[in-house]
Amino acid sequence: MSTLQKIRQSDLLHNFLRDPLAVGSFFVLLVLVAAGFLSPLIAPHDPYDTTTIDIMDSEMPPAWMDGGESRFLLGTDSQGRDLLSTILYGMRVSILIGIGAVVLQAFLGIFIGLTSGYVGGRLDAFLMRVADVQLSFSTYMVAIFIGAIFKTIFGVGLYAQVAVPFLIMVIGFAEWPQYARTVRASVLAEKKQEYVEAARVIGFPSSRIMWRHILPNALTPVLVISTVQVANAIMSEAALSFIGLGMPVTRPSLGSLIKIGFEYVFSGTWWITLFPGIVLVLLILAINLLGDWLRDYLNPKLYKGA
Amino acid sequence: MKTLLEVDNLTVRFSLRAGEITAVDQVDFKLQEGERFGLVGESGAGKSVTGFALINLISKPGYIAGGSVRFQGNELTALTDEQIRRVRGNDICMIFQDPMMTLNPVLTIGTQMVETLQAHRSISTKEAKRAAVETLRKVQIPSPERRLRQYPHELSGGMRQRVVIAVALITSPSLIIADEPTTALDVTIQAEIMALLLSLCKDENMGLILITHDLAVVSQVTQRIAVMYAGRIVEVGATDDIVKHPRHPYTIGLLSALPQNKPRGQRLDQIRGVMPTLLDIPPGCPFNERCDRAQEICRRQRPGLEWKQHGGRVACHFVE
Repeated sequence: MSTLQKIRQSDLLHNFLRDPLAVGSFFVLLVLVAAGFLSPLIAPHDPYDTTTIDIMDSEMPPAWMDGGESRFLLGTDSQGRDLLSTILYGMRVSILIGIGAVVLQAFLGIFIGLTSGYVGGRLDAFLMRVADVQLSFSTYMVAIFIGAIFKTIFGVGLYAQVAVPFLIMVIGFAEWPQYARTVRASVLAEKKQEYVEAARVIGFPSSRIMWRHILPNALTPVLVISTVQVANAIMSEAALSFIGLGMPVTRPSLGSLIKIGFEYVFSGTWWITLFPGIVLVLLILAINLLGDWLRDYLNPKLYKGA
Repeated sequence: MKTLLEVDNLTVRFSLRAGEITAVDQVDFKLQEGERFGLVGESGAGKSVTGFALINLISKPGYIAGGSVRFQGNELTALTDEQIRRVRGNDICMIFQDPMMTLNPVLTIGTQMVETLQAHRSISTKEAKRAAVETLRKVQIPSPERRLRQYPHELSGGMRQRVVIAVALITSPSLIIADEPTTALDVTIQAEIMALLLSLCKDENMGLILITHDLAVVSQVTQRIAVMYAGRIVEVGATDDIVKHPRHPYTIGLLSALPQNKPRGQRLDQIRGVMPTLLDIPPGCPFNERCDRAQEICRRQRPGLEWKQHGGRVACHFVE
């Protein structure tokens, strides 16, 4: 059977197509992600290119309102950047940070959770206490703390250049315990299965049993929390940017755009805040709805497939 | 004939919160090359623990408290982790009760066989696959090439147990430990699997330790058996001899409890009482509380496993 045929006949696809909410949110997510990553091709302006920005264009309303111009469909922000283009570029930054942070979390969490669960004993106790300590600091506190130190040492200019990897690191390190705990719990359950005993009897080394035999069987909950964690990471990034600790104004993410607009909301320029806000909500909602569907699909209590 | 396995005074203890228990108590037996040996007993008699102890796979809180296991002249209890890993799955393989559980659900049959072979031999994946197909054919699995790409859930229970046997066979071991290999299968499949194991052992001159509570199965397949009770061997001898003329009161009880040894319509025999928990084994002979022949000496002195006149070894004060 070819791979394509297998996919077409799978329960996953069948279940997915029967759930309009899942299909809808998948579609929305697909459009948003595609628009974000294709932004250099489809955006009417390049918001990073300062030569094309004219301060005289600033705070223009959307095209359909009085004073709007057709070249700025959703209006412009306080610096005269086309809002639509800036949102597309900003969404790319947000998604990039969200996925990057989750990859880092997953890497750390899986490694630590797997070792902790499989080896057990004192190492397990130690690693889980480290996770507890980490969890007792909120993501924002860690980010504010490290960000402040970083900016003082290297200066704001350098910070602007490394803001994306910096945010990925901060959000990634702040939330690995979620993963570690989930992985550990499911490793503990899998470890008692007989196929693990059989693998030991066959004479495989522990590392092979951990990574090749236990991990793939323990991945289901990881898949589910991954979707939720991407949404969480994007929100964390937006929140940090909103309080001015995330992406700089020159390379705004959705969060920093909302923040830029927020200063002008009371003077009637509502669009700078509203449009990025709507996009952010759509993005998070779509990811979370997909995550919910995936959780239901993979939950053996709700779904009894053969 | 050469000696394959020599177990001497093997003792396995578990330190539990409730106290120290001896799950396997001074077990000793010998196995010749190609010999088929049965370990029989009730649940909790220490059969499986003995099996695991042979390949040094007792996990905490258990430990091997003493004795020796010599396999082809090498002392297994003295090997390092790395060395014993080379023996496990290579020279000594183990087959478990439930084939549903012993195959990894997320790996294909082919992957599991190939990686078993590659764990012990430096061999290319292509060659390993060829060996896998050949082994699957040996255990009489139809269209083996197709099976390699299938996952365990796509096979029936009997088929899966054949695959498990194939995984054990692929490294051509000289000893297979089969821990209740047919208990989870239905009766018709049981006979097939046992017949397969028997013919494979004969063809490849493999030693077999068959761990089971099923005397009927053990009498068909093995040449010698050991009967275990509360962690100790109470009787060892040729299978035919023990089945026809059991000497130890426990063995006698076990055999007369078999339904096929009773005329139709009659009440079945049973051994009164239950096996003592390993935490409080009575002093003297562990069987004394359930034994009809028990005398004062049985409560005071533990009988050793001694050679008796008929040529087998029995641990009972009253067998001459």
